[in-house]
Amino acid sequence: MRRFAALVQALDETTKTNAKVSALTRYFQEAPDADKLWTIALLSHRRPRRTIKTSLMREWAAELADIPLWLFEESYHIVGDLAEAIALVLPKPQQNSDQPLSFWIDLIMSWRSKDDISKKEEIISAWSQLGHRERFVFNKIITGGFRLGVSQKLMTRALARSIDGDEAVLAHRLMGNWTPDSITFHQLVLEENPQDQLSRPYPFHLAYAVETPPEELGDPSAWQAERKWDGIRGQLIKREDNIYVWSRGEELITDRFPEFQFLLSNLPNGTVVDGEILPYKDNQPMGFQDLQTRIGRKNVTKKILETTPVVLVAYDLLEKEGMDIRHHPISLRRQWLEDIVAKANSAHLLLSEIVAFSDWKTLATEREQSRTYRSEGIMLKRLDSAYQVGRKKGGWWKWKIDPLVIDAVMIYAQQGHGRRANLFTDYTFAVWRGDDLVPFAKAYSGLTDKEFQEITTFVRKNTLDRFGPVRSVKPHLVFEIAFEGIRHSKRHKSGIALRFPRMSRWRKDKHPKEANALDDLMAMLALYGD
Amino acid sequence: MALVEFRKEGFYVPAADVFIDPWRRVKTAIVTHGHSDHSRWGMSQYICSTLSEPIIRHRLGKINLTSYDYGKEWKIKGVKFTLFPAGHIVGSAQVRIEHKGEIWVISGDYKVEDDGISGTFEPVKCHTFVSECTFGLPVYTWLEQEDVFRDINQWWAANRENKVTSILTGYSLGKAQRLLAGLNPEIGPIYTHGAIETMTEIIRSLDVPLPPTKYITDDIDKKAMEGSLVLAPPSATGSSWMKRFGQVSIAAASGWMQVRGTRRRRSVDRGFVLSDHADWQGLNQAIKATGAERVYVTHGYTHVFSKWLSSQGYDAGIVETEFGEEEHPDKKTTEGS
Repeated sequence: MRRFAALVQALDETTKTNAKVSALTRYFQEAPDADKLWTIALLSHRRPRRTIKTSLMREWAAELADIPLWLFEESYHIVGDLAEAIALVLPKPQQNSDQPLSFWIDLIMSWRSKDDISKKEEIISAWSQLGHRERFVFNKIITGGFRLGVSQKLMTRALARSIDGDEAVLAHRLMGNWTPDSITFHQLVLEENPQDQLSRPYPFHLAYAVETPPEELGDPSAWQAERKWDGIRGQLIKREDNIYVWSRGEELITDRFPEFQFLLSNLPNGTVVDGEILPYKDNQPMGFQDLQTRIGRKNVTKKILETTPVVLVAYDLLEKEGMDIRHHPISLRRQWLEDIVAKANSAHLLLSEIVAFSDWKTLATEREQSRTYRSEGIMLKRLDSAYQVGRKKGGWWKWKIDPLVIDAVMIYAQQGHGRRANLFTDYTFAVWRGDDLVPFAKAYSGLTDKEFQEITTFVRKNTLDRFGPVRSVKPHLVFEIAFEGIRHSKRHKSGIALRFPRMSRWRKDKHPKEANALDDLMAMLALYGD
Repeated sequence: MALVEFRKEGFYVPAADVFIDPWRRVKTAIVTHGHSDHSRWGMSQYICSTLSEPIIRHRLGKINLTSYDYGKEWKIKGVKFTLFPAGHIVGSAQVRIEHKGEIWVISGDYKVEDDGISGTFEPVKCHTFVSECTFGLPVYTWLEQEDVFRDINQWWAANRENKVTSILTGYSLGKAQRLLAGLNPEIGPIYTHGAIETMTEIIRSLDVPLPPTKYITDDIDKKAMEGSLVLAPPSATGSSWMKRFGQVSIAAASGWMQVRGTRRRRSVDRGFVLSDHADWQGLNQAIKATGAERVYVTHGYTHVFSKWLSSQGYDAGIVETEFGEEEHPDKKTTEGS
């Protein structure tokens, strides 16, 4: 555990990518296999399932620290991280155990079948045996949400360096449905195992937003344009008479979308299609909210299949007749894709249509129309581009439409978590209905650290009331709120719900009275509502 | 009439017509220590500890100032005043006020751990204690200072080996000299930012032994500075002054570094947890030692801390002050945290 905790500290202490990669590489060269496997798992969002209630951890930590629970809770709100708050209030450790990471994770996993009394005894014993840094890491593994500022890509790079292997091959090996208790480091990282490859998707190629006016991308005829859809990016795989569906978050979601099983007889074996899973009815996409409602359900019932059917809008073909074709230009992959979609001839597999344009101006006009198609904007792909691994610049660009905006007054503020602990960063916004302010959205992103600091000072000086961690503040600050969509909601007081609201600007120039009214939001709902 | 009133100008002793650490212009001010949120401009008459005198004179220029040794009692209009060491920075004092058998102590800023240069905090018996509570939460428990300095010296030595210059930030009065006292000068040369050098000179003149330092001038030999340690005020982080050093590792030494979120937000390479304020245990220990029944808390996590004190049987209250906004860890001008 000491080695892993030292790695966590080393990653924490630097913002430089190179320093992070070399710290990880060193770790992968030195750590025992079982620890390496767990480290890969933790850095690719495969943490062990929670085996202990955090409410019990709070109670026991407060008890050990000899403080009342309310005082622990207050401290937690200020620290902004439960694992860290616990590590900080506990009495000084008695020793620093040299058991490896895997030992402690095994202990945590063993709690699944234990009662609370044994769990309490073991966690207290663990806390007293672990040094301060180690305790924090240990708690973090239990509570989850471990953000180390290391993307899976960087982790893969470091791992590749440590074994002198190829990064892309390794990225592919690390994908899929493995868990650390069902595989060894050797099997996962070092062995070629064709059977394992069966369900395995390819790393997704992601695009950056255009940085310059698209005119600067040069000759329009070198580019292909498609609409950008707002669903779940996914890969549909058919191999050896099985269908697998993966989300971009590397989750196997086959069971959630039984309609794709219809494609079993329509697609040849050895086919991988990249596309967007979209709720789709009466020949048009439904809102993202409908899809979200469907994902939220535990069971996919017959009713859901009728009210919210999905399709795959195919963007790209990655595997054809069992061959990886990602290195071929998209112009060629597109021909093969069209062929496969045509032959499948299924209502569940549609082709992402090409938006024809001869000059950038025409495309700009098409982009303006995006909302009427329920699309997010335009995707641009250079005709000679390969299908790359991860987010890459150059070959693909996304050209999204501008968000909708409204000016709103901040009325509640709450302290942030993690890096933003101790700052008021989570706000509730309201618009006017007559002389009343009606809350309609929460947002916590879009401002700089400096602005958050300035607002924090304001919140401290202008608190009207406290409700636990939430403070109601003088309605004085006005912000421009940007959002991607708007719809009716019965759950919200305002009657509307926004998609992805964030602060696009602090309107210091505006008096709170100049903020928008609920009627303005209603007008937007009528125009753009899902 | 209460012995001490909380007025918009600051703490006021009406029987003596004296203010303590006032933040607006008044006639007579007793000043607990030299940090600028406690010793401000514009008072007709200043009173402070003997050790604070040169610091306050340096900061405020031509002022009318009287100073007293720790433990020496004096009277104003029959009210007895005595200063006791607060352990916060060199010269820092608690103010004991006695009148007609009633005793108050105003702590100023303090820490109970003896850092070797700031005097040893002395618990003073009183009826009412006005305590700071900058770090009044149980998550703020400091490590032994020997351990922190071992980490700091190791960090410097490792950087020196890699030809990287170590920049250590801390407030120019107090923190900088405390760091200096804990650094191991055998590792390499120690350089200072101008603001720190001036203050360090004054502290040296008070017979506080500190290792030698070199003041960074514009024509300094940059090659010789490679791998050295540079002491700089927090405000220098990210400034153009910092650009002259080539390969650097930047560290901050402050109590706020205890929390990972704050540490990461400061965008320093290392955060060392070293504070000149009392930690949770220290605050509780100091308050208990006064024997006071009534405790007022000022700047810090006042709401939480006074609630805690009430639950422990104290008659506890909050006093709003205009001392450094120390609840706000990102404010770089915060003194002595």
